[in-house]
Amino acid sequence: MAEKPKDVIVHDHNRDGVDRRGFLTCMAWAGTGLLCVMKGGVLESIAMGSAPERAGRAKGSELAFVQISDSHMGFNKAANPDVAATLQVAIDRINALSVAPDFVLHTGDITHLSKTQEFDTVEQMLKGLRAGPVHFVPGEHDVLSDNGAEYHSRFGKGSLGNGWYSFDQKGVHFLGLVNVMDLKAGGLGQLGHEQLAWLENDLRGLKSSTPIVVFAHIPLWSVYPEWGWGTDDAAQALGHLKRFGSVTVLNGHIHQTLQKVEGNVTFHTAMSTAFPQPAPGTAPSPGPMLVPAGRLRSVLGVTDVKLAKGSHALAVVDSTLDSTSAS
Amino acid sequence: MRRIFPPSVVLISLALLLLTGQTSRPVRAAGEQPSKAAVTIDNFNFTPSTITVSAGTTVVWTNEDDVPHNVTNPDKEFKSPTLDTDDKWAYTFKKPGTYEYYCTIHPKMTGRVVVE
Repeated sequence: MAEKPKDVIVHDHNRDGVDRRGFLTCMAWAGTGLLCVMKGGVLESIAMGSAPERAGRAKGSELAFVQISDSHMGFNKAANPDVAATLQVAIDRINALSVAPDFVLHTGDITHLSKTQEFDTVEQMLKGLRAGPVHFVPGEHDVLSDNGAEYHSRFGKGSLGNGWYSFDQKGVHFLGLVNVMDLKAGGLGQLGHEQLAWLENDLRGLKSSTPIVVFAHIPLWSVYPEWGWGTDDAAQALGHLKRFGSVTVLNGHIHQTLQKVEGNVTFHTAMSTAFPQPAPGTAPSPGPMLVPAGRLRSVLGVTDVKLAKGSHALAVVDSTLDSTSAS
Repeated sequence: MRRIFPPSVVLISLALLLLTGQTSRPVRAAGEQPSKAAVTIDNFNFTPSTITVSAGTTVVWTNEDDVPHNVTNPDKEFKSPTLDTDDKWAYTFKKPGTYEYYCTIHPKMTGRVVVE
C-alpha cells in the first residue's frame, strides 16, 4: 500500500532488515490488520488480503502461526452474552487465511469456570480449525477447582510439572510456560523454581541465533501490577533468554493488545475472543468491559505471526474480529 | 465495727447469687441466633477488607462481581469453592486468632478476619 522511504534502516541488529524504529512503526500499523514486509531495506505495509504474493516469501518454508486467547467459554454476562459466537468468528477468520497456519497457540482462559462442559465446547469448536494442531497453556480460569486436573488430562500430554513444554518448528524454538498455579497471596503470576530450572536447561544447547517464542497466559512483563498484570519471577526467565538474538513473548490475560520492545525481546499481548478489559488504571477493576453491542467485535481479535525465511525477527500482526480483509 | 453474718444469711445470699446467674458465662435467650457478619466481593475487592468478629461468628461472603472469585486461607484452615456472580459462602470462626485470606484466581485480592 504505502511505501515510506523515510523508514530506512539505520541500525540493522538482526541483519534482517528491521531496526527498532522501523519495527515500532510497523507495530503501530498492526492494529489495523496490515502486514509489514521488508523490501530492499524499506518497510512496506500491505493490507491483509490485497497481496497474494509477498516479496521474499518462499512457500512452505515460512513459519506462520496464529495466537488466540481468553475464549472464556461459559462466560455469559453483559460484556458478551455469547462467547461461542465470537470464538466461531475467530475460527472462521483463521480458516479464511490464504495460507493455512502451521499451528495455533491458545494462551489460556480457554474456559471461564473450568467446567467439563466448557472444555468440551471449546475442544469441539476448535476441531473446525483448518490450521494444524492447537497448542495450549492454561489461564487461571482453567485450573479453578481441581488444581488443573481436567486441563491437564485434555491438553497436558507430553508436558512437565504444571503443564510446561517446548517444541521446535521450522528452526524456531517454542516454550509454553505456566504462570497461573500456586499463586501466593498478594502476588502476581508465578513460574516457580522447578519450571525456571527446566527452562534454563531446555535452552542450554541452543545457538543464540535460534529465534525463540515464549508463550504464557499472564504477561511476563510488568504491565500493571496493581491489577495482577505481571509475573513475579519472570526476570529470572528473561535472564536465561538474554543471549538470544530474537525473543518473542506472547501472552494473554489482559484482553487487549499491548506491546513492548526491550533489546532483542518483543513482548506482545493478544486480544480476547470473548470480551475486552479496560486499559491499565482506567477503571476501578480489571473486569469485563462493556462496549456497545455493535462495537464488540472491533475489540476482540486474533494475532497472526510470521517468520520470513532467512529472518530472525517475527512479524506480529493483530486483527480484530470485524476486520474486512484476511490475508 | 464488726459485723457477723449469721450462717443463714450467708446461705441465702449464696443461693440468690446462683439463681440470678451471676457467673462468668453470658446467658443466652432461648432461640437466639449465633452472630453473622458479611463481606461483599465486588470490583476485585473484599469489603470490608478487615473484619473483626467474636468467636463463633459465621462470616458470609457474597460475590457481587461479574467474574468468579474464591476465599482461601494460605494456612489451609478454610477454602471456599469457586464463587460465581451471586454465589455465597459461609464459614464459622470458632477459635480466636487472625485469619488472612485471598482469592487464588486474583491473588492481589486479600482480606483478613480477626476473631476475638
